Amino acid sequence: MDLVVSIAIGIIIAATPLVFAAIGELVVEKAGVLNLGVEGMMIIGAISGFAVTIETGSFLAGVIAAILCGALMALLFAFMTQTLLANQVATGLALTLFGLGLAALIGQAYSGKSAPPFPKLAVPGLSDIPVLGRLLFSHDLLVYISFALVIGVAWFLSRTREGLIVRAIGENHDAAHAIGYSVVGYRYAAIAFGGACAGLGGAYLSIVQTPLWVDNMTAGRGWIALALVVFAAWRPWRSLFGAYLFGGITIMQLHSQALGVQVEPQLLAMLPYLATILVLVIISYDRTRARLNAPASLGLTFYATT
Amino acid sequence: MLRIEPRKEPSRLILYATPFIAVALTILSGFVLFSILDKDPVQATLLIFFKPLTSLYSISEMIVKATPLILIGVGLALCFQANVWNIGAEGQFTMGAICGGAVALALHGVPGFWVLPLVCAAGIAGGMIWAAIPALLRTRFNTNEILTSLMLVYVATLTLNVLMHGALRDPQGHNFPESKLFHDAATLPILISDTRAHIGFVFALLFVVLGWILLRWHVIGFQIKVSGQAPRAARYAGFSSDRVVWFSLLVSGALAGLAGIFEAAGPVGQLVPALPVGYGFTAIIVAFLGRLHPVGVLLAGLLLALTYIGGEGAQIAMKLPAATTQVFQGMLLFYLLAMDIFVNYRIRMRRAAAASGSAAQ
Repeated sequence: MDLVVSIAIGIIIAATPLVFAAIGELVVEKAGVLNLGVEGMMIIGAISGFAVTIETGSFLAGVIAAILCGALMALLFAFMTQTLLANQVATGLALTLFGLGLAALIGQAYSGKSAPPFPKLAVPGLSDIPVLGRLLFSHDLLVYISFALVIGVAWFLSRTREGLIVRAIGENHDAAHAIGYSVVGYRYAAIAFGGACAGLGGAYLSIVQTPLWVDNMTAGRGWIALALVVFAAWRPWRSLFGAYLFGGITIMQLHSQALGVQVEPQLLAMLPYLATILVLVIISYDRTRARLNAPASLGLTFYATT
Repeated sequence: MLRIEPRKEPSRLILYATPFIAVALTILSGFVLFSILDKDPVQATLLIFFKPLTSLYSISEMIVKATPLILIGVGLALCFQANVWNIGAEGQFTMGAICGGAVALALHGVPGFWVLPLVCAAGIAGGMIWAAIPALLRTRFNTNEILTSLMLVYVATLTLNVLMHGALRDPQGHNFPESKLFHDAATLPILISDTRAHIGFVFALLFVVLGWILLRWHVIGFQIKVSGQAPRAARYAGFSSDRVVWFSLLVSGALAGLAGIFEAAGPVGQLVPALPVGYGFTAIIVAFLGRLHPVGVLLAGLLLALTYIGGEGAQIAMKLPAATTQVFQGMLLFYLLAMDIFVNYRIRMRRAAAASGSAAQ
């Protein structure tokens, strides 16, 4: 039983950065923007959160710094793609390459340092329930926030006026513009939100999960988050499910040796990447459904004629 | 108020001027960056952008770095012109090195002029197979090639790692995760004696010319350009989009694979886990900076190779962090993309109800 619980907790910790990054990118894509710079924003969140935590000794300051820096990177992307009308795919790639370089530059001073353990937030009373208490009520605050965020985004996109406007813009930006909605304004906001979430996901990685700084520590998680949005068919709850599925695969890989599976560790390390490919194939195989799910204006440049 | 208006036709002058402006802006930003890092900006700029041009040895090293960048960049230029986003060239590079390297190690000690061509052919095949996966998934299963090609980079790197700890490890290597040094028959001839500049550069130049001819005069080059710029027109003209996807991915995979085996059979001389150093990603910048034109790729590849060598020099002489080069390269791409707006649009003072046009791609 103890092993099961510790595996479950491991899955939660492995999945949380993916939840943050995926739910943020989901909102961005719902607004019709494809930001391939998730990896770059995540790594910047990871290093800024880590550096600020070490320098100030405050987790709160670290997390806030990560959110702000992630959003700042995203605003750079927004300026390029929304104001300067640059190609979204190329700009996203540039954001990732730039982010990885900048993070390595800043991170040089922090390489090999480790952060103090992140405080767990045990819900008084409830956390003492055997098994369930450890499973549900004794995580760090960010895990609860990640769930709240998914609920919040699901509610926002389906139940609020602004959420519907965001979706309308993602489906047909010319029509939304004609009605009088500020396409560029909403998209700036969505992109910044996505960056903040990616930054937070990165910070979770460097402050809570590892907790230390290693170059390239995101190791493709930003890209996996992008795949998760496709997997989720742009639905918030399914992105949560997807993130936990991938968290599970990551943890299986770590625990399989303990369970006596005799395979090279590098072969197991391939699993999340191969699983991503497999999942993408399954999801996009049905062309009609794939087209129905994706926001119709996704990745297209919007130019207001009037 | 300022407003942007679409041009009737893209400005060619600005199209070819932007890379130079982007480089100038990057150098200017470098001044700011060096000042923040507390280094002498003038000295650092000279070290990175001019010093490498002053000695034969560093020019030869530039050629060593430029070879994979140009080879991969030409392939990516084809892909990107076709709107096929192969961002996994790093994986195709690694697979090329693995397959070519495996043949080189299997034929270790076998003399003969045919060994090296065979090794290179195996490298090309490796890169092509790795690029065929995203091509198959995109044409058969409608799967986005951006994500699949990138995921395969990690798989290729891990495969190299597994092999370095197992099948391809040098038995006499004291358990170091490295292969044997390739035999002379499987090593690339050197171009300039006493340097590492190898014959691969000649092939890079050859493929620049071939790529140019293909895009300019061959029908598939025309199909690539039409499919990229106007997919509907391409469909109407009866061009098979699957054919364009397959062709561009296979060619770029082949070139990346060739670059990979050139790297292993050239300057490195063996297989090591650290063989993929990011040429596949830097080549994305090279392709864009070269304006997706093979001749432009040649110039851009040389320029980025210069920043690699200069960056290494500055790292030693001024204790500049290694990641500085990477930041520069990222910045360069940003400036370039930011200025693309001037190619397709012009900035005007707002007048009453001006402008026509629609949402551009």
